[in-house]
Amino acid sequence: MSTTQFLFSGFGGQGILFAGKFLAYKGLMDEKQVSWLPSYGPEMRGGTASCGVIISDEPVGSPIVARPDVLVAMNLPSLDKYESTVAPGGMIFADSTLIERKVQRDDVKVFYVPATKLANDNGTPTLANMVLMGKILKELNDFGEDSLRAALGKVISAKRADMLEVNLHAMQIGADLA
Amino acid sequence: MADKVLMKGNEAIAEAAILAGCRHYFGYPITPQTEIAAYMAKKMPKIGGCFLQAESEIAAINMVYGVSATGKRVMTSSSSPGIALKSEGLSYLAGADLPAFIVNVQRGGPGLGGIQPSQSDYFQATRAGGHGDFRMLVLAPASVQEMADLTVKGFELADKYRMTAMVLADGTMGQMMEPVSLDYDIKPAPEKPWATNGTKMEREHNIVNSLFLAPEELEKFNFDRYERYAYIEENEAMYEEYMMDDAEIVLVAFGIAARVTKNAVNEARKFGIKAGLIRPITLWPFPKAPFAKAVDNAKAFISVELSMGQMIEDVRLATECKRPVTLCNRAGGMIPSPEQVLEAIKEAANGGAK
Repeated sequence: MSTTQFLFSGFGGQGILFAGKFLAYKGLMDEKQVSWLPSYGPEMRGGTASCGVIISDEPVGSPIVARPDVLVAMNLPSLDKYESTVAPGGMIFADSTLIERKVQRDDVKVFYVPATKLANDNGTPTLANMVLMGKILKELNDFGEDSLRAALGKVISAKRADMLEVNLHAMQIGADLA
Repeated sequence: MADKVLMKGNEAIAEAAILAGCRHYFGYPITPQTEIAAYMAKKMPKIGGCFLQAESEIAAINMVYGVSATGKRVMTSSSSPGIALKSEGLSYLAGADLPAFIVNVQRGGPGLGGIQPSQSDYFQATRAGGHGDFRMLVLAPASVQEMADLTVKGFELADKYRMTAMVLADGTMGQMMEPVSLDYDIKPAPEKPWATNGTKMEREHNIVNSLFLAPEELEKFNFDRYERYAYIEENEAMYEEYMMDDAEIVLVAFGIAARVTKNAVNEARKFGIKAGLIRPITLWPFPKAPFAKAVDNAKAFISVELSMGQMIEDVRLATECKRPVTLCNRAGGMIPSPEQVLEAIKEAANGGAK
């Protein structure tokens, strides 16, 4: 696929924007064309947050992700809002710790990942986003440690360099899921 | 790609301004452009520059006037209602022939409106930036890279022509991140013998002023200024043509609308429709040349805008009404989808354009 459109959505504070930024940087390191567009409405103050990331072999046209190939839903309102927008044949990754219902669509691949529980068990409750990210990249056959490290180096400031291994470990947990 | 970094459009403007030698930023926060001020607040003190959050937009634009009078590169930024407040200052800058760099990251209006992206300040920027006869150079970026490039260009043009250059962006351009390379060969600002930067007892006083009570004198300033504007119209128009070689349905769009429209043009081509895009990069001067070239082969023009139809007037002027021009739009903070634009293209291709 020459262009993949991702939509990340969840509560503010779950690292939605960070996950998207990481993925965009990973695309940049892989010499792809990328765009990252956050929602910036008043809902960001404690409510839902979302961002669209496009990774392409060609220059990105519209940066607006209206028909995501990959939806990452980290809470129920996000799944409710965006389930119907996923392109047929696309993928939905749902944080099954926080979302109890099942996906209704039968024309998409669905992955239920108890990301919040796994992150809590790992002692890193803020990294459910990266557990999910590990699973996503694994399913997209794009889990290469060198490129993950390089991209993390771009989104984690030098002062927090210790967080690089922690993030990498969280992604490994997601990637190791069956 | 190693030299590229991911930046928000707003941050790219701020960094490019600093690279262009701007050391004075005055502003007042307003969504969706506040990252510009935040970036300046962080950076300016570290490089000997001045970041000042003014008590209002009006104060900020008059601080710009003051610094510009001393010959320094200076800027302010805001969003739609904030720019409206600055319009008095924009007129005074024009009346005093002072260079200035202004950013408008547009949001939906009128009134306080909303905070989502819009292009409904096209008239404000290209027609009525303030009272009196004057023009501003208006630059319309369609990528984060252009947010930076047109900032550098804006400072250069402002100094060259002693007038205001405005980057007219929108919430999407301000908030999105894309790879950007900030590798510029910045030319030093031109000499400014008119600047009020101290006579050192070696020259007459310079006076910066926009009050001329003798109408003969004031008229001459206006005529001189419009000679300069005519030169700019001849020499500074910028645009991009996309699939225009054989285009029969000609889309016209700038900024985020152009990005959406490019997708629609690609789709239309898959249906065998000869669609093309003219993307004005300068909105004033509005690029007339690509329209003169396109009009013979074109069946119809479609202006795609995040407004109730403002640029469409310039499209009609540039095509001299030789072909039908229709509007494909959303407003109030909504963005047209590529599907909506594709439908408009199909309709025009079927002769549905009125």
